[in-house]
Amino acid sequence: MISKLLSHFGRYLIMMGTAVARPEKSAMYYKETMRQMNDIGVGSLIIVIIISLFIGAVTAIQFAYQLDGTLVPIYYIGYIVRDSAIIELAPTITCLVLAGKVGSNMAAEIGGMRQKEHIDAMEIMGVNTAAYLVMPKVVAAIAVIPLLVAIAAFISIVGGYVAAVPTGLMSAEEYIQGARSFFEPYNVFLMFIKAVVFAYLLTSISCYQGYFVKGGSIELGKASTNAVVISDIMILLADYLIAVILT
Amino acid sequence: MIRTEHLYKSFNENHVLKGITTEFFPGKTNLIIGRSGSGKTVLLKLLVGLLAPDNGVIYYDNVNFCQLNKKEVRTLRMKVGMLFQASALFDSLTVEENVRFPLDMFTNMTAKEKHLQVNHCLERVNLEGANRKFPSEVSGGMQKRVGIARAIVLNPRYLFCDEPNSGLDPKTALVIDELIRSITQDYNITTVINTHDMNSVMEIGDNVVLLHTGKIAWRGDRHQVLSSDNEILKNFIFASPFLQRLRNAAMDAGHTH
Repeated sequence: MISKLLSHFGRYLIMMGTAVARPEKSAMYYKETMRQMNDIGVGSLIIVIIISLFIGAVTAIQFAYQLDGTLVPIYYIGYIVRDSAIIELAPTITCLVLAGKVGSNMAAEIGGMRQKEHIDAMEIMGVNTAAYLVMPKVVAAIAVIPLLVAIAAFISIVGGYVAAVPTGLMSAEEYIQGARSFFEPYNVFLMFIKAVVFAYLLTSISCYQGYFVKGGSIELGKASTNAVVISDIMILLADYLIAVILT
Repeated sequence: MIRTEHLYKSFNENHVLKGITTEFFPGKTNLIIGRSGSGKTVLLKLLVGLLAPDNGVIYYDNVNFCQLNKKEVRTLRMKVGMLFQASALFDSLTVEENVRFPLDMFTNMTAKEKHLQVNHCLERVNLEGANRKFPSEVSGGMQKRVGIARAIVLNPRYLFCDEPNSGLDPKTALVIDELIRSITQDYNITTVINTHDMNSVMEIGDNVVLLHTGKIAWRGDRHQVLSSDNEILKNFIFASPFLQRLRNAAMDAGHTH
């Protein structure tokens, strides 16, 4: 079990080491990176907006219920929604969702290319396939996912407002007062650090799962599932480590 | 020329290749034939570097391929073209984009120069006007021809073909065979074809290597196939009673005249 894990980790390091290389043709890598940025960013925008809207709404309603009858001021709900969205919910939940949407897609795309001998064809042409197939995805994810996370954090705060104000839980002034209270810019920095780390993890792990797939469609399905499961576990582990180290 | 010396390859306890020493000549269609499981595909993968040999050496025109570093391998591979069994065309790219891919990746040609080179290659494989079609919109034979066009677009010195006729009707298979032979001769390429299509052996087999249980069982050209007494070759080439009768008739006719 441990030797298998170490073997996977070694292969992962070798793949990522090979991927960090001078591109054969920068224009081709740029074009591929732009395509990936579009797929990851624009392609995931709707799902990220929907999820973060509900995260903010549920957080607001849940805390309103928890704080009901206590001495904690009601405007604290805005503050709690804002900070829980920025510090934890926006980066973590967004990246867990993206691991499912983007990660499984990447594993299936690269795995399909492996099975159809597209990767072998590129290798024989002289293309550094680890670099051409993995690096644009990692770079695109690191560039775009922090933006998605920032949007998710903003939409979560809006979601809290939508759930709390029109339903009469509190007034708009109270929610906005809470959302503007005790603001720590460092938390935004933390959010972006998490987004970058999670983006790297979910893309590189998913690419690894697809790149080394063997067998047929069942194995491709397993690789796609593994990409999501392992990415999710690693994201949660990294979340814990970042919390320990940076807070 | 490509030369192999004492190539060995095993997968766990399965010894697939057991000391393959042979040569593949430029300007000739060199065929690797053998039954399923005889090691043909493994030998081809060793030749192109998709697998590493356990032992032995591969020379590309006296350059030891096994001792090259990754960068040198990539440089050498720009002189290599390969046609895959399933063509391995990129589904999301058009025929033109597929053929142009190596030019986009490795050359500084202008868009016009690339377009001209792509059209030249498509004309060479009789696919003029198919530029904008996607691989899913063309037949299996046309996909093979697109694969050949992509393989020759960088003017390679070595061409590898893995089962170029698999899944094709006999007439289309002949077209592909003839195309590969003419390209090989016109550009003086060292072409290595992995096949078990007997038509190919008899039509374009300039240098035929028969693999049997991981070893070379016979070597010769298509003219020597009929007259060979090698039992393994006879059992392989003339496997069916019909072909055996055909061979006997041909031999009798040869003796009579």
